[in-house]
Amino acid sequence: MAKYLMLKHYRGPKTSVEDAPMEEWTPEEVDDHIRYMRDFADRLRGTGEFVDEMALSPEGMWVRFDGEGRPPVVDGPFAETKDLVAGWMCIDVESHERAVELAGELSAAPGPGGRPIHEWLELRPLLDARLVADE
Amino acid sequence: MSVGPVDESALRTLVPQVIGVLVRRGADFASAEDAVQEALVAALSTWPQDPPRDPRAWLVTVAWRRHLDLVRSESARRAREERVEVEPEPGPAGARDDTLRLYFLCAHPSLTPASATALTLRAVGGLTTRQIAEAHLVPEATMAQRISRAKAAVAGVRLDTPGDLRTVLRVLYLVFTEGYGGDVDLAAEAIRLARQLAALTDEPEVHGLLALFLLVHARRAARTSAGGRLVPLPEQDRSRWDTGLAAEGVEILRAALARDRLGEYQAQAAVAALHADALRAEDTDWPQIVEWYDELVAITGSPVHRLNRAVAVGEADGGRAGLRALEGLDPGLPRYAAVSAHLHERAGDPAAAERLYREAAATATRVAERDHLTRQAARLHRLLEDLG
Repeated sequence: MAKYLMLKHYRGPKTSVEDAPMEEWTPEEVDDHIRYMRDFADRLRGTGEFVDEMALSPEGMWVRFDGEGRPPVVDGPFAETKDLVAGWMCIDVESHERAVELAGELSAAPGPGGRPIHEWLELRPLLDARLVADE
Repeated sequence: MSVGPVDESALRTLVPQVIGVLVRRGADFASAEDAVQEALVAALSTWPQDPPRDPRAWLVTVAWRRHLDLVRSESARRAREERVEVEPEPGPAGARDDTLRLYFLCAHPSLTPASATALTLRAVGGLTTRQIAEAHLVPEATMAQRISRAKAAVAGVRLDTPGDLRTVLRVLYLVFTEGYGGDVDLAAEAIRLARQLAALTDEPEVHGLLALFLLVHARRAARTSAGGRLVPLPEQDRSRWDTGLAAEGVEILRAALARDRLGEYQAQAAVAALHADALRAEDTDWPQIVEWYDELVAITGSPVHRLNRAVAVGEADGGRAGLRALEGLDPGLPRYAAVSAHLHERAGDPAAAERLYREAAATATRVAERDHLTRQAARLHRLLEDLG
């Protein structure tokens, strides 16, 4: 089994087919979208492939070390970045093919008019932190 | 009344036996296994304060009572839906046969490798769902689902169906190589399961697998440095190898080889035994290791074994020979780039080795492995800079 993160972006380097901001959808369309995501997670709980999911606030800032004894430098809250992660779902699956299949399904979440939004999801393998007994 | 920690290992050994008792009393495997799991969880919480005089009888009583409760609560619904299950014939089978049959069932070919390992750890290994989930770094509910689906997949299989030992050995090998580092030590668990299986059958490959596990496990303390850094075999502090475990592995392997029915696990154990024989890395009998890899590749034809053979050829006959042994293998194979990097360095081409180590680090699947490969690339990068 291998773990993958499916990263959902508020804004990403790649534009989805249905790109209207969610605030401009009807409330029912928003509900349907959220229900689709929840049902998807429940289904993965049922197949024993679900690990975790988290949503991130769009608000954030950049922070870095600025030398001993000095407060960190902050940049932001940022108004505009090219890439803004909205959240992730972590899955544990039998194969890479299965991870791609599931990301494809999640990307079909409905948007305006109930049409799949064809959202680009970023799929990233997780590295295994466990040690292994081999040569 | 004595109060103390539960001997978990002894308790786990009882789990498959108790499942066997319930099945012979007429329970189907899935509900028997559920009932025994509940009894096991109860035992882990109550035995430290109140240890039973006869642990096996205690487990049978509690599990059987639990099973009857489950049957009663479902019987009204089930009576409408289906006829009462036909009870399996009460055979003469004893605890040994029950346990062996559970190994076969839990490694049934209809199961995916992940399902088979999870089910084996629970029904044969006697681990709790929580422990199995922790070892696999997934939520307990996810692991519970996986196990319940695995049980559904083998629901139609009778427990007395003859099984294939090879699939069982493959499952144990997967458990052994899954990884360790958490509270539940899967490698140690695989060893316990292999020991238990070896006590049930004299099939040489079962003993070969146990020998392999022991010989590889014997090197574990030396495999990582104090800071958690991976230490490759030639650089390991051999005084930290567990000579007792290694000696036991060698002894078991010798007896298995004497039966003259070589298999892949015996051949791999023979390689591990030759490493154990070498007091210093430079004493390693590489030509003989290459011979064992020749046998292994002849048996399995596996690209992974050919990759490992290339490493041995590189040590026995030099980097160029090792690189020739790589020819024809798919460069997309896991660890191919790392092996190729190592052989290129041995063949006197540090520039190619550096490039390959970077590539290997980028495609590694484990943190410790990636860090090790990154250090190798960095070391060669520095060397190349110094050379100008």
